[in-house]
Amino acid sequence: MTEQAQLLPGTLDLLILKAVSLGPLHGYGVLLRIGQISGSALLIEQGALYPALFRLVRQGLLKASWGISDNNRRAKFYELTTPGRKRLREEEDGWNRLAVAMSTALAARPEEV
Amino acid sequence: MNFISYFRSLVARVLRGSEISDEMDEELRSHIAHRADDLERDGLVRVEAERRARIEFGGRERYKEESYEALGGNFFHSLVGDVRFALRVLRKSPGFTIAAVVTLALAIGANSVVFAVLNGLFIRPLNVPHSQDLYSLQRGKDTYIIQSYPDYLDLRDRNRSFDGLAAYNISEVALDTGKNPASVWGYETSGNYFDELRIRPYLGRLFHGSDEHGPNSAPYIVFSYAYWHSRFQDDRGVVGRTVRLNKHPFTILGVAPPEFHGTLLFFSPDFFVPMVNAEQIDAGSFLNARGTRWVFELLGHLKPGVTPTQASADLSSIGSYLTKAYPKDDDQPSFSLVRPGLHGNFFAPAIRAFLTGLMLLAGLILLAACANLGSLFAARAADRSREVALRLALGSSRSRILRQLFIEAVLISLAGGAAGLWGGVMVLHWLSGWKPFPEFPMNIPVNPDANVYLVALLLALISGLLFGAVPVRQVLRTNPYEIVKAGSTARMGRGIAVRDVLLVVQIAICAVLVTSSMVAMRGLAHSLHTNLGFDPQNTMLVDTDLRMAGYQGDEIPAMQKRMSDTIQTIPGVSAVGLVDVPPLHMGWSISNVFSDQTTDFRPSNAAATVIRYKVSAEYFRAARTALLTGRIFSNHDDMKAPGVAVVNREFARKILGSTTDAIGKHFKLPDGTRIEVVGIVEDGKYTANIAEDPQPAMFLSILQQPASDTVMVVRTTTEMGRDPAQLATAIRSKLRGLDAGLPSFIQTWDEEMNGALFGSRMATASLGVMGVMGAMLSITGIFGMAAYSVSKRLKELGIRVALGAQRREVLQAALGRAFKLLAVGSVAGLVLGLLATRVLAYIVYQATPRDPLVLCGAVLAMALLGLLATWIPAQRALQVNPLVLLREE
Repeated sequence: MTEQAQLLPGTLDLLILKAVSLGPLHGYGVLLRIGQISGSALLIEQGALYPALFRLVRQGLLKASWGISDNNRRAKFYELTTPGRKRLREEEDGWNRLAVAMSTALAARPEEV
Repeated sequence: MNFISYFRSLVARVLRGSEISDEMDEELRSHIAHRADDLERDGLVRVEAERRARIEFGGRERYKEESYEALGGNFFHSLVGDVRFALRVLRKSPGFTIAAVVTLALAIGANSVVFAVLNGLFIRPLNVPHSQDLYSLQRGKDTYIIQSYPDYLDLRDRNRSFDGLAAYNISEVALDTGKNPASVWGYETSGNYFDELRIRPYLGRLFHGSDEHGPNSAPYIVFSYAYWHSRFQDDRGVVGRTVRLNKHPFTILGVAPPEFHGTLLFFSPDFFVPMVNAEQIDAGSFLNARGTRWVFELLGHLKPGVTPTQASADLSSIGSYLTKAYPKDDDQPSFSLVRPGLHGNFFAPAIRAFLTGLMLLAGLILLAACANLGSLFAARAADRSREVALRLALGSSRSRILRQLFIEAVLISLAGGAAGLWGGVMVLHWLSGWKPFPEFPMNIPVNPDANVYLVALLLALISGLLFGAVPVRQVLRTNPYEIVKAGSTARMGRGIAVRDVLLVVQIAICAVLVTSSMVAMRGLAHSLHTNLGFDPQNTMLVDTDLRMAGYQGDEIPAMQKRMSDTIQTIPGVSAVGLVDVPPLHMGWSISNVFSDQTTDFRPSNAAATVIRYKVSAEYFRAARTALLTGRIFSNHDDMKAPGVAVVNREFARKILGSTTDAIGKHFKLPDGTRIEVVGIVEDGKYTANIAEDPQPAMFLSILQQPASDTVMVVRTTTEMGRDPAQLATAIRSKLRGLDAGLPSFIQTWDEEMNGALFGSRMATASLGVMGVMGAMLSITGIFGMAAYSVSKRLKELGIRVALGAQRREVLQAALGRAFKLLAVGSVAGLVLGLLATRVLAYIVYQATPRDPLVLCGAVLAMALLGLLATWIPAQRALQVNPLVLLREE
């Protein structure tokens, strides 16, 4: 549980889109996938996932359908829609610009100023 | 796309609410099961794994709620749920609900009635096509509306601002449709009247300007729809038939449309005839008299693009031409425009001031009701703090709980608004059909319209939000943990609560209302005991117009003498006098008078404008108007004798300089007639306003100044006066014996006085209603507060009783606070009320706030209200049984 970072506001949606872009997932699967791709470095409260999922569905970025999971249980699977894919690209670009800007800013040394 | 999917999910939410809820449940369950599978794989027992999975998941209900919101449409869905819940809560406390709804219904009802009257008289335009550019003319610095006919013709033909100018006058005629002639009221109008107002006929045709060809050239009559409907039973065959007006034949042209009620708001004419035929209808022909102003109102549509200011300038230039051309008759060149419907500014300011005041009071009532309900709601919220705390602890958001409270408030206010509006509409329908003066077709156009409904709805919503907002702070501050732990019984009477402030405000408002209504009541009592200058008791008024039966010239005084003599023979009749218009009648005549030296009789040279009566010698005895000095008329003061007048004390003081040596002095009438003052009588009340200041009045001999439209003042003995109906029958049969074709209107002078007292009676009645409502509100307010504080402190009171407290101490503990608040509120209200009653003085005769009786009355009333309201809670406090109470805990 150590070394985990709190999510910045607004980043959960991006993480979900990214996770789902790698293949259709059910809710719990999204959590696992985020854990996997972030190296378990991000802390997400499990229940908090669902309002975000429903919000993305409502915005038309995700679509959901019922299916059977690997555990042989009924589960609702989410996958990206075309607008979802587009949004993911935009958000990725935006995030990358922000990350580069932030890390450049934080790497600044006194002699560079 | 986004919108469509949002909309689809919204529709889905509403249509398949439970289905989606089930699906969501299943999904969350599936999540937990998957997690439990993983945990099981890590070596946990299944049961333990599921428990851990549930804990890790977090607040399931909260996430479900949030998911609902994320899905959209949640607001609407939960709103329906909240409304349902609110209804259930309200049904559980019917006493509270009914009290709240009734309180609001009264307040909103009062507001909608007052607003509807304001709306009907001042906001709603006249019900004619294109009324937005319709204006009436008023003239000079006195802004008089009534004009002479030749001036009308000049204004009509010379102006460049109006599409056309129409004129009308109000008249009463004897209408003979083949049966007994009846007296009806209607308009004499200019020929272009209907065309200028763009009124289309309902049946037949209306007359036009082209129908007029000089005096008495257009014997046509158009009936109003209402009159045609009631008198001719919708007979479409009446068009072309002939009826007789004052014995002259008139042809029925057609019927005006149902929605057209003329151009004066509170008077619905029964017929319309061309003004060129006025000679056949009125007492004389004034069509050529430029100095005689009798045309009631001129009005017309402005031409497109012409502003009222431009039109006024245009008319004023015609006005200055008229004053140059006819200096003797016209002296006021300036014109201005005014909205039609209320006869210019003649009635409007007083009525508007009164209605505005009333609206203010009604608003205060609503405010008091809101304060009342606000404190009830706050008390309820305090009682429900446990429920609120529990809901907060279970994860409900504060905004959701507040919304719940607001929904309850708004539901109550809507129910109250609906009930109030329903009651208000009943009152308004009654008011619309009400005829306050039986001889005059006055009506009050207050049918509710969309404006009224909208205002009622708005008021309901606003008051709901207002009193719903009172407990907000309480809820926001609720600490669930504390309350669940300690229970809600703690915390009473520390500091000044919002509730207390509200109660004081409410009591203050109610005290204002009670004080105002008492001032009004005192004013009315005053006006009833004021010296009228005549004695209306045991007196009948017989209104006849001999011209209606075709009498002319010398026949008129002869017939009047015959009528007086005949009625004098009825047993019990002690005196019969004639007067053209009795004092305190709806209408009155004024005349300029000039000093004896005047030779140029233009109005600006007048010594004064006085009220003029034409009376017979017997009038003073019949009316019991006391002669102070000199003599009254004799039957020799006729056409052959020099002109004489009896004047009142004010006339003598103001115009003749003194009351002692006024007898024998002379003055002149506008036509140059020299008049000698032969007697002085007491001052009285003359115009239709009992609150008037002393006015100069003169009485001329009817033998020297003939009038065909007169009222016989029939003074009877007290025994006879007790049965006016029988006397009226006797008078009617005597008159019929003289001339069967003469319509007459008979009533007692007391009845007739209703007109003069109408204003103060209406004021008193409406203020009385407000006062009663204020009193009721303060009773419920104090009662609510007292009952609540007693019920909250029952345990404490029980302990006090158990420790040996006396009755007085118990009462003080239970109700001391209520009484303190009552006292503070009452004093504040009294002071405010005394300030407010200055405003009342405009409406109510001698309404003085510094009346000790009013002060004592208001204090007493508030104290009584307080006693009444705290009686039941006090009883309850005194009957506290410590044993029972302590056992209950």
